[in-house]
Amino acid sequence: MATKPFTYDISRGFLPGHRACAGCGQAAAVRMVMEIAAPNCVVTNATGCLEVFSTPYPESAWGVPWLHSLFENSASIASGVEAALRKQGRLENTRVLAFGGDGGTVDIGFGALSGMLERGHDILYVCYDNEAYMNTGVQRSGATPYAASTTTSPAGRASFGEDHPKKNLPAICAAHGIPYVATASMAFFADLKRKVRKALGIRGPKYIHVHVPCPPGWGYPEKDTVEIGKLAVETGLFPLVEWEDGEVTRVRKIKRLPVEEYLKPQRRFRHLFRTEEGKAKLAEIQAIADSNIEKYGLAG
Amino acid sequence: MSTSQASNRRKPPFAVVTRPGSSLRNKTGPWGIQKPVWDWEKCTGCNTCEAICPEGCIRHLEKKQYEADYDYCKGCGMCAAACPVNAITMTTEHR
Amino acid sequence: MRKMIEGSRAVAEAVALCRPDVISAYPITPQTHIVEDLSQMVADGQLDAEYIRVESEHSAASACLGAVAAGSRAYSATTSQGMMLMIEVLYNIAGMRLPLVITGVNRALSAPLSIWNDQQDTMGIRDTGWLQLYAENSQDALDMHIQAYKIAEDDRVLLPVMVCMDGFVLTHTYESVDMPEQEQVDAFLPRYNPLYRLDPEDPYTLGAFVGPEAYHEVRYVLQQDCLGAKEVVKEVARDFQKAFGRWSGDVIDTYHCDDAETIVVALGTLVGTLKDWVDARRAEGQKVGVVKLRCFRPFPGEELVEAVSGAKQVVVLEKAVSVGAQGIVASELRSALYGKATVPVACSFVGLGGRDITFDTIDEACKRAGDGETEFFAGLRTEVLEEA
Ligand SMILES: Cc1ncc(C[n+]2csc(CCOP(=O)(O)OP(=O)(O)O)c2C)c(N)n1
Ligand code: SF4
Ligand code: SF4
Ligand SMILES: [Mg+2]
Repeated sequence: MATKPFTYDISRGFLPGHRACAGCGQAAAVRMVMEIAAPNCVVTNATGCLEVFSTPYPESAWGVPWLHSLFENSASIASGVEAALRKQGRLENTRVLAFGGDGGTVDIGFGALSGMLERGHDILYVCYDNEAYMNTGVQRSGATPYAASTTTSPAGRASFGEDHPKKNLPAICAAHGIPYVATASMAFFADLKRKVRKALGIRGPKYIHVHVPCPPGWGYPEKDTVEIGKLAVETGLFPLVEWEDGEVTRVRKIKRLPVEEYLKPQRRFRHLFRTEEGKAKLAEIQAIADSNIEKYGLAG
Repeated sequence: MSTSQASNRRKPPFAVVTRPGSSLRNKTGPWGIQKPVWDWEKCTGCNTCEAICPEGCIRHLEKKQYEADYDYCKGCGMCAAACPVNAITMTTEHR
Repeated sequence: MRKMIEGSRAVAEAVALCRPDVISAYPITPQTHIVEDLSQMVADGQLDAEYIRVESEHSAASACLGAVAAGSRAYSATTSQGMMLMIEVLYNIAGMRLPLVITGVNRALSAPLSIWNDQQDTMGIRDTGWLQLYAENSQDALDMHIQAYKIAEDDRVLLPVMVCMDGFVLTHTYESVDMPEQEQVDAFLPRYNPLYRLDPEDPYTLGAFVGPEAYHEVRYVLQQDCLGAKEVVKEVARDFQKAFGRWSGDVIDTYHCDDAETIVVALGTLVGTLKDWVDARRAEGQKVGVVKLRCFRPFPGEELVEAVSGAKQVVVLEKAVSVGAQGIVASELRSALYGKATVPVACSFVGLGGRDITFDTIDEACKRAGDGETEFFAGLRTEVLEEA
């Protein structure tokens, strides 16, 4: 059977040939977001894996106008883009999206993001959360989960890895009272796309925080990206929640699997399975999941 | 450029702008050894594989038929692992 | 129209005449009056611009970057600590070839904290790729802003321009200025017509990362274009004279340099003081002259060499220290002179952190230079050190 050659139109927004690692959850999530957002949009991007793997000059995987400036200013450059489009009368039919990794969003770009939300810009900010600074070699970020081993919060004889729980940035964004905030996972792609579509239908600042597993950073086989992503949600460690005007309006009910099922396949947590003290940490992580389940009413 | 009708204007300074979709010249197919092959008899047409492929190189031919563009497929195996009915096999014996 | 207004007001009105689409700034003394005036104009509906009230200077510069990338004319102003917070973005704006205009109000840097004038802040960003013009008085500052957009947006340049003006000395001083009419400015400075912009109809990628195979060339082109911008600065100065009937200066300007034995080089408001000093000393028979360094980036090496070569000595008065090295302007001037003329160049640091620069300070600098000193602080209050 003679097959037609494959063709790719830039109208899909994000195209093949990018240099993400095989099995990259972030690349998958970006595709999902762009499927909804392209082609009538402008994307700004913080420095990080996504920026690097999608735009090594003279190649660009983007089919929509795309702007990268620095690590911490995706929200601010997007604010300027939005203001300019409004002044030019182009904002009516152009959506502005700002992208950043967890480091660029939760940590170094936090002030800029808060400013963008507070000023009411008509922008959808999407944070791709792979729970560490992957582009620079898996250093911890404010979004790194409790007890995960990273290159700057390594497990060792005197350490169980990251010693603080993940910063709840989505709730902080919701506390700005903006019209829409959601958490999502690339593993629940229909849910993610629904949230993006919903966000883009709302004027004003929107924030979506997408969980994106990273095979080399987390240490699991690349084929398992979807499975790992699902387990994070089904254990209660990454709750899928929506906030409107600051109030929780919808959550995804979960299977309530034990956290070990999520943690065990990942190299970044393997130290927890080797000692008695490690097991105590597992109990602490289960307590985090339980408290999420209680707080957001995730139990089915 | 859309705004500069006059051809006597200078080109953008070197390397300041990059053409959209120019990544297509970078064929990532050789990254992976194994490639997915579909058993269209088993496929239910749920579209999971197409939706989750990080490369966006799976296409839907018709109802229950999908295939991957081996020029870009990195062989990650996500599609095969995520397929709910095991219709995809990763193999080195493709084509 | 002639009016007696504050320097900041003159700049705000000049900026408004340039019709920026987007303004974004963060308040810091002594830049505040400029951005307050612009805010009021927007609030009163006199100025049709988007004013983005950002949470930091880093974001102010970033918002302007985004606005220019989207094809709009943008404006910001800052000084001192704010300028330091912006630095990362300033490099970025120049590297991305975005023709933004910023007022760089000149103020000292912390520590110790000081809100008073010198030029350590704008001198500290001299390697970013921004063009820099230094204003002598309010009229100069006003005219420079109008010229700055014209220079920045020229296809041959496509680089950001910073108009530097001394804090308080200029920003908070009332002077009589000739404010152009809107029609005049519109005729001189048409709407910004970007060569490229963020546009879904023609979706380019801006800000790709560049590897070793091409980064060297990117910087080469930046350097060529920045050096080449000197001719555009001159051209725009001539066009400005034609349009407004007023000469507002070349890359450098000279005052009584033709027969001068001692030539003093300076930037900003100090040039005004120096002109009075020259008049006074000339009346006493001293052959002294002044070179005003109006455009510091690109550095007008040839023009300076030509202006000072005939003198017996050159004294550069510097309001910035490259700590651990030499005076910035003096060392650049010396290297411009290298192999072309042998006139000695002395560097005297003056007026740091708002210290008054009096005729005595200038006399001291010239005397010490004449005695063979090459790098020194003039006007030093040794008693302050002793008391401590
Ligand atoms: C001001 C500044 N500090 C540090 C860096 C180095 N840096 C570049 S990307 C990065 C980490 C990115 O992490 P994240 O935002 O989580 O994105 P990821 O690569 O994980 O997708 C760091 C630390 C930088 N580019 N700029
Ligand atoms: S390191 Fe992780 S996030 Fe970065 S490209 Fe690879 S898989 Fe994706
Ligand atoms: S193996 Fe990976 S890259 Fe290849 S088609 Fe499947 S999901 Fe896409
Ligand atoms: Mg990350």
